[in-house]
Amino acid sequence: MTLLAVKDLRTEFRTDGGWHAAVNGVSFTLEKGEILGLVGESGCGKSTVASSLMRLLPGNARIGGGSVRLDGADLTALPEAEMRKLRGRRMGMIFQNPMTALDPAFRIGGQIEETLRAHLKLDRATARAQALSLLQAVGIAAAEERLRAYPHELSGGMRQRVALAIAMSCNPDLLIADEPTTALDVTIQAQILHLIRSLLVKDRGAGALLITHDLGVVARVCDRVAIMYAGEIVETGPVAAILGAPLHPYTQALLRAAPSDRAARGQLPTIPGRVPPLTDRPAGCAFRERCGQAVAVCATPEARARHLPMPGREVTCVRHAA
Amino acid sequence: MCRGRAVRDLTHRLLLLLPTLFGASVVVFMLLRLVPGDPAQVIMGLRATPEGLAAIHRDLGLDLPLWQQYFTWLGHLLRGDLGQDYRSNVAVTTLLSQRLPVTLQLTFMALVLSLVVALPLGVQAAVRPGGVADRVAGVVGLLGISIPDFWLGIMLILALSLGLGLFPSSGYVALSDSVAGNLRSFAIPSITLAAGLAAVMVRVTRAAVAEVLSRDFVRFLRAKGLPEGQIIYRHVLRNASVPIITVLGLQFGYLLGGAVIVEQVFSLPGVGSLIVNAALERNYPVVQAGMLVVALMFILVNLGTDILYAVLNPRIGAAQ
Amino acid sequence: MTVVAVRRRFAIDRGTGAGAAIVVVLLALAAVAPFISAGNPETMDFNAILTGPGGAHPLGTDNFGRDVLTRVLFGLRVSMAAAIGSVAVALLIGVPLGLLAGYRRGWIDAVIMRPTDVLMAFPAIVLVVALAGVFGQNLGLMILTIGCVYAPIIVRVMRGAAMEVGTALFIEGARARGASHLRVMVRHVLPNAISPVLVQASALMGVAILTEAALSFIGLGVQPPTPSLGLMLSEGRSYMGDAPWLVIAPGLGIVLAVLGFNLLGDGIPRLFDPARRVRS
Repeated sequence: MTLLAVKDLRTEFRTDGGWHAAVNGVSFTLEKGEILGLVGESGCGKSTVASSLMRLLPGNARIGGGSVRLDGADLTALPEAEMRKLRGRRMGMIFQNPMTALDPAFRIGGQIEETLRAHLKLDRATARAQALSLLQAVGIAAAEERLRAYPHELSGGMRQRVALAIAMSCNPDLLIADEPTTALDVTIQAQILHLIRSLLVKDRGAGALLITHDLGVVARVCDRVAIMYAGEIVETGPVAAILGAPLHPYTQALLRAAPSDRAARGQLPTIPGRVPPLTDRPAGCAFRERCGQAVAVCATPEARARHLPMPGREVTCVRHAA
Repeated sequence: MCRGRAVRDLTHRLLLLLPTLFGASVVVFMLLRLVPGDPAQVIMGLRATPEGLAAIHRDLGLDLPLWQQYFTWLGHLLRGDLGQDYRSNVAVTTLLSQRLPVTLQLTFMALVLSLVVALPLGVQAAVRPGGVADRVAGVVGLLGISIPDFWLGIMLILALSLGLGLFPSSGYVALSDSVAGNLRSFAIPSITLAAGLAAVMVRVTRAAVAEVLSRDFVRFLRAKGLPEGQIIYRHVLRNASVPIITVLGLQFGYLLGGAVIVEQVFSLPGVGSLIVNAALERNYPVVQAGMLVVALMFILVNLGTDILYAVLNPRIGAAQ
Repeated sequence: MTVVAVRRRFAIDRGTGAGAAIVVVLLALAAVAPFISAGNPETMDFNAILTGPGGAHPLGTDNFGRDVLTRVLFGLRVSMAAAIGSVAVALLIGVPLGLLAGYRRGWIDAVIMRPTDVLMAFPAIVLVVALAGVFGQNLGLMILTIGCVYAPIIVRVMRGAAMEVGTALFIEGARARGASHLRVMVRHVLPNAISPVLVQASALMGVAILTEAALSFIGLGVQPPTPSLGLMLSEGRSYMGDAPWLVIAPGLGIVLAVLGFNLLGDGIPRLFDPARRVRS
């Protein structure tokens, strides 16, 4: 069975003028043992997707529709008490800023142990031993001493490793990583990504949803990728295929805009225009104004239909209608 | 590495304390000398006799230059001799030692009462903004600092004592005589004193907890799937404790000041009522001694708060 | 200008508005007390001792037959005078000292802050009680005493704010243009640093009212027969079993006055910070 099946997810925020959808009918699937990248510019709603999956939305947001099925069970319908049992146990999450992710008042070891004891009901000694082996698994040297360290004694990269250790401590089936490497140095980035790939996915057979705005990260570590724009997914498919032969005009523009050797001299191409604000999304295709290849149909709701030009690839663009 | 710095901070703080203590003693000393006329006359009041006046002149060295008087006085002080109450012919230290436990009990009970109310209320108000606890906290916070404690005491006497007959309207029962009687005689005074402190602590707790709740690590704790109760009462409260404890230490001065008034209202024989009665009678040596004791208590509590802050700080402060 | 427009312009929300209204009303009452009341607060009428509220005496009479309402109004005068007078004194002393200490730093800072710290080692009430014992009880001296005792708080707050503003870049710019220290302090640092001081000052108004009432209550403040709300409470206490209005009315007067100033004070940060303006 598919590990994660998101269908028509709609998440709304309350503004002065009523509820507006930041995530507008998003659908994708994730299998065990695969890493799916979710790519998009700032403000496209990818972090909101992550928060929606975990149901950790802020007070002024709500899930307005759609379903999120983890191994078949719809998470949107679960009572909060059930959801809490899943968080940390079957779904783990790490965030963008490792410097502020850990509680500064408690030691690292304790923070790992409390997750283990909350979900797996381990006794203290077993939890401590587990915490130690987890720290070693994520590559922290002198793990024994580090157990008693406070977060402020560790660097950003080390804190992110600890966060990862905590997220995978109970062997979750799904890891959601929201821009886990954005705040880190390039070399550390590579190490963290490698950890996610080898430890979680290869060793433990979990599935990972990797949210990022960096196509390089996607190229390096993801199996499939979904491109997001203005609250909707515009294209999905295997990484190599999408990067090599993008179908949606937005994906094509993104790839053109990415710095490369060819564009070393001369101006970097950019995408003219701006992302439409939350409160002002157009009726048809959201990318229409900036597309350059738009036609009359693009202004109608038909433009939002999903098409499957090839097996394993999905695109939301009328130009690829069968 | 964090420890060494903390120790140095501490010694630094202790050293800074000395000039303050010194200055405080000067202020207290000068108090008596501010009154016009012969200090000895003032001290003895209406019961002045020529022999008594001469004795005071000798004891306090009133014919010596001012600075010599001060150092004599300071010398006595450091040896634990707070002087003589010339009107009752009792050593001031005796007076104080009888009365200090009363003030301490009152202050302690008020502290506990106010925290028992303020902490849960403040936490709940921060966790559910706009909810019942939040609105109650707002009202308590505003009213508590607007209502005079002596009036609250009077109203409580009206309602609980004269009205319902639950508690005595004044007077003190020593612990050694009757525990129940003692607690009953302290009930209304403690509530009265606690009200003002509770108001301040509710505001501070709510603000501190709300600030911690907005931090990233709380989101991560939720993502870990920890029970909400554990998140709030173990993690958030621990992080919010620094500003809460800091304000609590500062408010101790309010408690001591309030005790002065409350003791008077309820006729409790504490250091506060001692100071007030002595001030009314112009019995300055007693006023001076009382001020010193109160100032010392306040300074010590502030030092304690500083130490506590420094202990909690290397963990929390460095990370911020 | 409509009420709504005024509210928007001055960023006033309901609480602050209520506070301002209360303060204005009380000030007005205090000012016109001699004209609107039944006359002299000290007029005794032995035919009307301890009568309840109603009729000729809307708030009743006390044990001397004096009209409670009149006495409350006159007592309010004292409270308002105490509030405004003490805070004025505290500001007059505290603002210049705090400004100097926070802006000039160095030895000036040390010289000003040492005595300030020493004074703050005593709980304020204790100092006030002791000084009242020394200086005797007239209203003017009491206002002066309360103002002096609370001045250190103003010094501290002003100093903190002045330190922050003093290190701002535009201050360096002003100095570079040749402005003297005095000019920089008054024209540039002061207006920008005054906001927290004003908040503290309005809180102090409430505290001053409470302090005056407390002092009068224990007998170290205003002396009879001058009416003071605190004094009325202590006098009425002996009769409160039979005549509760004697303690309820003055107490409520104090609460109302302090509440008004506190509500007003809570709204001051909003006045100065456009980002926190209330959207109505």
